[in-house]
Amino acid sequence: MLLREVGYARPGSLGEAIELLAADDGARALAGGQTLINVMKARAGSPDALIDLAGIEELKGIELRADGTLEIGAMATYTELVESSEARARPIIGEVCAQIADVQVRNRGTIGGNLCTSDPTNHLPPLMAALGAQMTIAGAGGERTVPASEFFLGVYMTAVGVGEVLTKITVPAGRSDGFAAVTLGVEGTCIASAAASVNGGVTIALGCVDAVPVVLHPGSVDEDAVREAVRDANLDPPSDVHAPSSYRKHLAEVLAVRAVNQARS
Amino acid sequence: MSTVTTSRSIKVTINGTTYEREVEARKLLIHFIRDDLDLTGSHIGCDTGNCGACSVIVDGSLVKSCMLLAVQADGATVETVEGLAHGDELNKLQQAFKDHHALQCGYCTPGMLMSATALLRANPHPSEDEIKKGLQGNICRCTGYWNIFEAVKAASE
Repeated sequence: MLLREVGYARPGSLGEAIELLAADDGARALAGGQTLINVMKARAGSPDALIDLAGIEELKGIELRADGTLEIGAMATYTELVESSEARARPIIGEVCAQIADVQVRNRGTIGGNLCTSDPTNHLPPLMAALGAQMTIAGAGGERTVPASEFFLGVYMTAVGVGEVLTKITVPAGRSDGFAAVTLGVEGTCIASAAASVNGGVTIALGCVDAVPVVLHPGSVDEDAVREAVRDANLDPPSDVHAPSSYRKHLAEVLAVRAVNQARS
Repeated sequence: MSTVTTSRSIKVTINGTTYEREVEARKLLIHFIRDDLDLTGSHIGCDTGNCGACSVIVDGSLVKSCMLLAVQADGATVETVEGLAHGDELNKLQQAFKDHHALQCGYCTPGMLMSATALLRANPHPSEDEIKKGLQGNICRCTGYWNIFEAVKAASE
């Protein structure tokens, strides 16, 4: 399909990318393009210019610090996260990335692109919210850090503003995590999901039941406590051709229990 | 300082031949391969990133060329289905597809071959589940999956 005419630049540094993005509020950062290119085909979005982040070294790589903290460059692909020995410090990340779409998409799609899309059907927003990840955003004024729980502002909206770039995702140390989803076919579009982390306290993040991940802190890992926390959230999920609201609400409770059970096992 | 332009000159090496062309930024890699270079082996099935008929290998990595702009492939080495055979001689995988009747209409075949090529290169002896997972991004609407699976399995032995 022929896309609408669009400008393109491939800056070699983060500073240049920020400058180009700030110069035109119709410019958009291009990461792996596994969502954006299709959005452009469908004319659901028509950026004036694409600022390709592929040439920026500082956005790449996955590093494990001595204290167990993982620093993931925003341009790390799903395949890199699946194969990275560093990322195995928090095994759930690779496990979930291996469930995203298919080989081809995993080879191109990036964690940064996934998070910045803020698509409620994506797996990584609830996962990062449950893991307590910190998002580093760079702009002309320097860097700032936003917790994942405050990063997602709405469907397709995040804390990343005009002239800014998500540069890295910092995930604290921990191993007791879980994730459960019901999808359309194996590894297809998500109907509902839940991520859980039991490292110290219990954190659950529900996906696909609201515009942004719903973060809950049940008092314990007991099934009754988890179910009660989900019920107390008074979810009002959207209905669509795949599932009515009531079914998503039911799934949220079931998947929260499954995710917590995986996390504590 | 790089600048924003609506077209640019790119250099891409495909199946060993280097091509230099001026392309519009909006041009998808699959259109560059098929329309500009007349390498029509790679197919466009859905144009939405679902079917995998346009799968090619870019810098060693399997991708769907309808979800990549040609300008993103500037400087890359690309492998397409045309690069598999040695002259008129089918390679082992292609021969296995033929022997196992792994195609009916053949539309998905270029993508299936490239996905299987990438799989066997990374994992020469995949398990049955690994073969299925390796071909997950490719749709065959004749639904002849079983023979495709058998062909890949035979090629891995």
